[in-house]
Amino acid sequence: MTITYADKIPNNVDLAGDKGLQRALEHWQPEFLRWWTEMGPEGSHSADVYLRTATSVHPSGWAHFDYVKMPEYRWGIFLSPADGERKINFGDHLGEPVWQEVPGEHRANLRRIIVTQGDTEPASVEQQRHLGLTCPSLYDLRNLFQVNVEEGRHLWAMVYLLHRYFGRDGREEAEALLQRRSGDRDNPRILGAFNERTPDWLAFFMFTYFTDRDGKFQLLALAESGFDPLARTTRFMLMEEAHHMYVGESGVGRVIQRTCEVMAEHKTDDIARLRALGVIDLPTIQRYLNFHFSVTIDLFGADVSSNAATFYSSGLKGRCAETKFGDDHLLRDAVYPVVQVIDGRLVAGEAPALNALNEKLRDDYIKDSVAGVERWNRIIQKTGIPFELTVPHKAFNRKIGPLAGLKFAPDGRVVSDSEWTAKQREWLATEEDRAFVASLMGRVAAPGAYANWISPPTLAINKQPSDFEFVRFN
Amino acid sequence: MPESAMMNSEASAAPVNFETHPTRYQHWRLAVAGSVATLTMDVNEAAGIRPGYRLKLNSYDLGVDIELYDALQRIRFEYPEVGAVILTSGKDRIFCSGANIFMLGLSSHAWKVNFCKFTNETRNGMEDSSAHSGIKFIAACNGTTAGGGYELALACDEIVLIDDRSSAVSLPEVPLLGVLPGTGGLTRLTDKRRVRRDLADVFCTTVEGVRGQRARDWALVDAIVKPQHFHEYISHRAQALASARERTEGAAGVLLPALNRVTEPHGFHYDFVDVRLDGATQRVELTISASDAATPACVDAALAAGAHWWPLQMARELDDAILNLRTNYLDYGVWVLKTRGAAAAVLATDEFLLENRKHWFVREVIGQLRRTFARFDVSSRSLFTLIEADSCFVGSLFELALASDRIYMLNQDPAAGGPVLILSEANFGLLPAVHGRSRIEARFYGDAKLMAEARAAIGARLDCPSAQSLGLVTLGPDPLDWDHEIRIALEERVALSPDALTGMEANLRFGAGETLETRVFGRLSAWQNWIFIRPNAVGETGALTVFGTGRKAKFNRDRI
Repeated sequence: MTITYADKIPNNVDLAGDKGLQRALEHWQPEFLRWWTEMGPEGSHSADVYLRTATSVHPSGWAHFDYVKMPEYRWGIFLSPADGERKINFGDHLGEPVWQEVPGEHRANLRRIIVTQGDTEPASVEQQRHLGLTCPSLYDLRNLFQVNVEEGRHLWAMVYLLHRYFGRDGREEAEALLQRRSGDRDNPRILGAFNERTPDWLAFFMFTYFTDRDGKFQLLALAESGFDPLARTTRFMLMEEAHHMYVGESGVGRVIQRTCEVMAEHKTDDIARLRALGVIDLPTIQRYLNFHFSVTIDLFGADVSSNAATFYSSGLKGRCAETKFGDDHLLRDAVYPVVQVIDGRLVAGEAPALNALNEKLRDDYIKDSVAGVERWNRIIQKTGIPFELTVPHKAFNRKIGPLAGLKFAPDGRVVSDSEWTAKQREWLATEEDRAFVASLMGRVAAPGAYANWISPPTLAINKQPSDFEFVRFN
Repeated sequence: MPESAMMNSEASAAPVNFETHPTRYQHWRLAVAGSVATLTMDVNEAAGIRPGYRLKLNSYDLGVDIELYDALQRIRFEYPEVGAVILTSGKDRIFCSGANIFMLGLSSHAWKVNFCKFTNETRNGMEDSSAHSGIKFIAACNGTTAGGGYELALACDEIVLIDDRSSAVSLPEVPLLGVLPGTGGLTRLTDKRRVRRDLADVFCTTVEGVRGQRARDWALVDAIVKPQHFHEYISHRAQALASARERTEGAAGVLLPALNRVTEPHGFHYDFVDVRLDGATQRVELTISASDAATPACVDAALAAGAHWWPLQMARELDDAILNLRTNYLDYGVWVLKTRGAAAAVLATDEFLLENRKHWFVREVIGQLRRTFARFDVSSRSLFTLIEADSCFVGSLFELALASDRIYMLNQDPAAGGPVLILSEANFGLLPAVHGRSRIEARFYGDAKLMAEARAAIGARLDCPSAQSLGLVTLGPDPLDWDHEIRIALEERVALSPDALTGMEANLRFGAGETLETRVFGRLSAWQNWIFIRPNAVGETGALTVFGTGRKAKFNRDRI
């Protein structure tokens, strides 16, 4: 198969002049398309979708809107422009010029970082592949597809790094990224949360709000990397990731808006009544929130981690906004607060700051997540409903780290096994909650029409009206 | 940190107890169903045998391995119907990540060496049971299998790796920790699995290891199996391996009760083994007693005696004594071996063992003797045997003398109360040393004439001159010289450099010819123990010291 490189694969990495990369992609690109056909959004392949495509990294080029059939989407390879002066900003190599090639010494760790990040991108496409069948509107369907093609592009971004910098092993890992499947017992995705289903649109919005935000923080930390191609790739990915979180935040916000409108209109907070009226009651939204938040903060890994320390000291993965810290950027003697479980109680403790970098990133993430939840609360307040959504304590429902050994209420209290069993249904979305939400999921696919359980957007995409025909079915 | 403040300091730490029981396991589950036993490793992070580290990711320390050893013992004796053992993990996506690195980082050199020795013996013991008892082991690697985790798998007869496109087998010690895969890993790759040396080189320097088809192609594993079929495949293989063995169906096992160990200020003792510690001279006197009880008339009688049957009880006591001495009494550098009791009883036991060696219980008792005596071969202590007037260094007990670095025999006419030495058939292959050959054969470097003479002397009551002429004893002081000569010899020995002695003894004991075991103990362990004290591993910036801190190892680049 011959590829007209610049045309088929928009890029700013001189693909046309790089024989090694061409060889790798000639094999991989058809495999990727096969994967997209098999595992990409179900029933979507012939539709024309109003999508944003990045055709260059210039401000005018990275958000080009047009109708595209998704299998023909031009997945490109873009790195933020190189800054010839960039220095490593942290760790043992502080002040040295950034690396343009993989230092042999750090090959294994870089490969691991890139493979782990890369694996999440196709995973989320797989997790979301059935959602198109139950879209609440064409606008939401487009947003879903936009997220999907961009996750696909993020996969390309990681595959580029593997192909370009890691030789045969990199090519094999790039193939493996297409071979693993979310939730497949035989070939699961690497991280647990990416093997869970995204069964309904509320879960999708929560996922894009919470879990894509984990992606944002991981990318922010990698954007500091001393391995310049990784830093530049992730910087460009962050521009796209922002839209995914917007889809999540506005999506949940619109669900809340609609519920509150119905509550105000019918002057009721009776859950059965609201459900009968076809909207998602706020306590159910809270339980979804609790689930997605707690599962996502596990993705940051163990609170005290030797890998995190090594990645930082070696200059592979920094803190988000590394240069904004006023410290020595070495952290050799610094400490960081971590919670510990001692004799069944939560106790404030501390760990070497280097080892606690996962915890630091998790704390940054939590702060960022809380801000959006407060914006959701403002929607509720405006409608005069006395209800407040809260972010659970970080010890709640953890499966990784020392907190995993105990049971905590959302407010951070240690609870007994029996209290957990008794209250779990109040804290985490139940099968009944999910069945109810699923029952609302019907396909709404006429321009301008929106499902009853969600409000139309105040602003649609690219200044288009909300009744724009975002997807044309052929 | 000064060595005295580290782990294994006798002053600050409770002595290690090698006895446990499945009801007290923290880290393993033993389940037996018919002819298949399943040993599930599910390490309790918080239950390290010493403070200061968490046993994350199914990593192990001495405490975890003590349980494994105990479980293997239970399988051998309490579950005779078991023909196959599945080793697997109770954790999600991780089989075992090997010895805990933070534990190693906190450990004194002696603790590391002793820990590795015990884990090596336990893994050798699995291969010993496979070879002699037909108990076959399958490593069901249901997740990441790294370092010591892969070495544990290598000790099994079959290695099955889950093929989930993530789980790999690896030996990351060199690139990650600056030390060797020292629990037989390097040796078994080559000697046992015949992994080509250049591929082994790549494998041992690749942190992330090898997974899937390549692991199979390189002979690192025997099979790769998809997660959905994994369980089924493992039970199928276990059944197949178990059924290849001679059936012992319906046989009741022999329970292993706790040993009757009594600790006193100057030693500890059991029913048949007595350990006297002489702090002033840094010597241990280890006395093994023969039994007064009659030899069982038949196997059923031996079974009825069970764990109290002399050869088994004595061997278990001796085993425990050796492990205790090695771990808890480092500075007692000379072990003086003595025996007491009726020679006839020992010889009758030998005869019984040989006659009934096909019976499962007798076979296991022989195995226990073999493995226990083999611990002497690799103990880093000077072993001096004293054959005195009331000794019974005969038959199987003479193996203790043959394991020693020197044998002193009192040169006194037996008619005047002097000792005799008697060889039995048991000295000719029943209880081979750790190198796989009988100790007599190794002693004479296989010389046919010397071997024939020794064999011709089976059953003869050899006095000191006869034993000396056969080459069976080192020196034979007469009663007038005895006390003086022995005192001088022991005092002289204690004064020598312990390190030089350890090295010298190990070299002389193994003799000519290599086996997998001698390569593990003599080559791999020796290199490892050297690396373990080098600044590149344990100096302030050594790889083992800085592991997990985020600091980078700084090496002295000189090749030595």
